[in-house]
Amino acid sequence: MRQFELTHHQIFKSSNLQIKDMNLTLKIWRQKDAASKGGIQTYPLGGIEADMSFLEMLDVLNQELIDKGEEPVVFDHDCREGICGTCSLQINGEPHGPDRGITTCQLHMRAFKDGDTITIEPFRAKAFPVIKDLVVDRTSFERIQQAGGYISVNTSGNTQDANSIPIPKDQADAAFYAATCIGCGACVAACKNASAMLFTSAKVSQMALLPQGEVEADRRVLAMVEQMDKEGFGNCTNTGACEIECPKGISLENIARMNREYMRASVK
Amino acid sequence: MAKSALLKSSLAKKYWMAFTGLFLCLFLVGHLAGNLQLLASGEGARDQFNEYALFMTSNPAVRILSIVTFASILFHVIDGIIITINNRKARPKGYVSFKPSTNSKWSSRNMGVLGTIILAFIVIHLINFWGEMKFGEWETRDESNIEAVHVMENGVAVVEMEEQDQTSNLIYTTESGAEVKDLYTITIKTFQDPEWGLIWAIIYLIAMIAIGFHLYHGFGSGFQSLGINHPKYNTFVRRVGVGFAIIVPLLFAIIPFYIYFVLDKI
Ligand code: HEM
Ligand code: SF4
Ligand code: FES
Repeated sequence: MRQFELTHHQIFKSSNLQIKDMNLTLKIWRQKDAASKGGIQTYPLGGIEADMSFLEMLDVLNQELIDKGEEPVVFDHDCREGICGTCSLQINGEPHGPDRGITTCQLHMRAFKDGDTITIEPFRAKAFPVIKDLVVDRTSFERIQQAGGYISVNTSGNTQDANSIPIPKDQADAAFYAATCIGCGACVAACKNASAMLFTSAKVSQMALLPQGEVEADRRVLAMVEQMDKEGFGNCTNTGACEIECPKGISLENIARMNREYMRASVK
Repeated sequence: MAKSALLKSSLAKKYWMAFTGLFLCLFLVGHLAGNLQLLASGEGARDQFNEYALFMTSNPAVRILSIVTFASILFHVIDGIIITINNRKARPKGYVSFKPSTNSKWSSRNMGVLGTIILAFIVIHLINFWGEMKFGEWETRDESNIEAVHVMENGVAVVEMEEQDQTSNLIYTTESGAEVKDLYTITIKTFQDPEWGLIWAIIYLIAMIAIGFHLYHGFGSGFQSLGINHPKYNTFVRRVGVGFAIIVPLLFAIIPFYIYFVLDKI
């Protein structure tokens, strides 16, 4: 009964919001190119519905800007369903905005109120330089991945079926959860140290936990951490901000696992 | 690669930070156990504390331990400064709006500031006691300072005291025959000083609050850095850490106030 009342209340509330469009003030980081200085610009925006996604709201703004003959705001996006990790954005001081466990493309305008001011900035890190406006270069993640985030298998036609190797369920699960990292960079953006350890540890773990990945585990963790340091990411001080802001809920356990793997590999 | 990995990499810096930090936690326990003797009153308290201080400065095993402790503090501080500077460099351009309080605890974000307060305290504390013990002026004096006793005709004894230079510290022989430096009296006098005693106690209290917050994050964080993270034990480690961060600094902080307010004046 309680449950029903609550749901009813929520439906009522959300339908209420749908009727009344929101008026917002957007403070958006505009930067012409990597070399320019850039700064915050303010845009009033009306006619926003609660059921729009955050990126749709930006689409509305951009259409207005294009109609006025101004440069649209450049932002990253691809799948718009929370699986590719392309969308980024620091929204009101948090990566992917105020909600938990979602990407920016999954954030909806019902998370905001009529009259709100929303500050939108690019992810900030030395290893994520701004390309234009809200778009940053995250190829540093790719270079970490290339340094060791793979397994070497013979694919010449006699590949063994992966399922023929028995793997304990909890280990397979832990590897799977680590592999759900979409490489979005929210962990770096949230971290006061701009540390990439949650990302790197997820990529180390997803392989190290499986027999196929164990073979190259030592070489992998040493090479990936070395690349991570080279890229200029900061050092983890275990604040835990990354785990809270990660859209996929990647656990700090992965960082501890990377710390163990690395220690073992470097004393060998 | 492996060799340099264990010294220079980001993870190696974490291991050293955690290892020295957790070692210093052990040191705190030992130091606290020694200091709690200051709460004792009565005849034997002074002898007991001074004999303990003598043991701590002369026993070879303790000497090695104290060198390791000093080295740990030095490593911990240098490593902490390097990490903090590197981490600032990792985000050269900051956010206009940044809300870290939504996703992390205050203490975890202010380890550098808390550490600096602790470092300042360590310096003051060493000057107060360790420096006095090591470099202060010490003099062996007869405790009673009695030069002569005259018995007058009416039977009253008049005791003539030797004029003594009271600025130097006292070396004396305890009941059990050990020749000790009287650190006990220096300590008690510091915290019973009518002008400065309470101010010292408050300075020590502030430092202990800083250590409390440092450890509130640091204790559990040290385990995580060393790779010790398991769902089975995490709750236990966290609880021990919080308990440690409250109880140890609290007991330390009580001592100066107890000496000022409760202990018999000397
Ligand atoms: C009684 C003295 C001290 C104790 C018991 C202590 C203990 C600890 C512990 C257990 C950690 C966690 C290590 C980790 O996260 O891996 C830590 C971190 C830290 N300490 Fe201390 N500490 C002490 C003094 C200091 C001093 C004097 C400084 C001065 C700069 C300092 C600066 C730091 C910093 C910056 C961190 C965070 C670094 C990181 O997490 O990587 N500490 N401390
Ligand atoms: S760990 Fe989480 S926040 Fe970091 S890149 Fe992967 S999915 Fe994004
Ligand atoms: S656009 Fe693919 S996750 Fe947001």
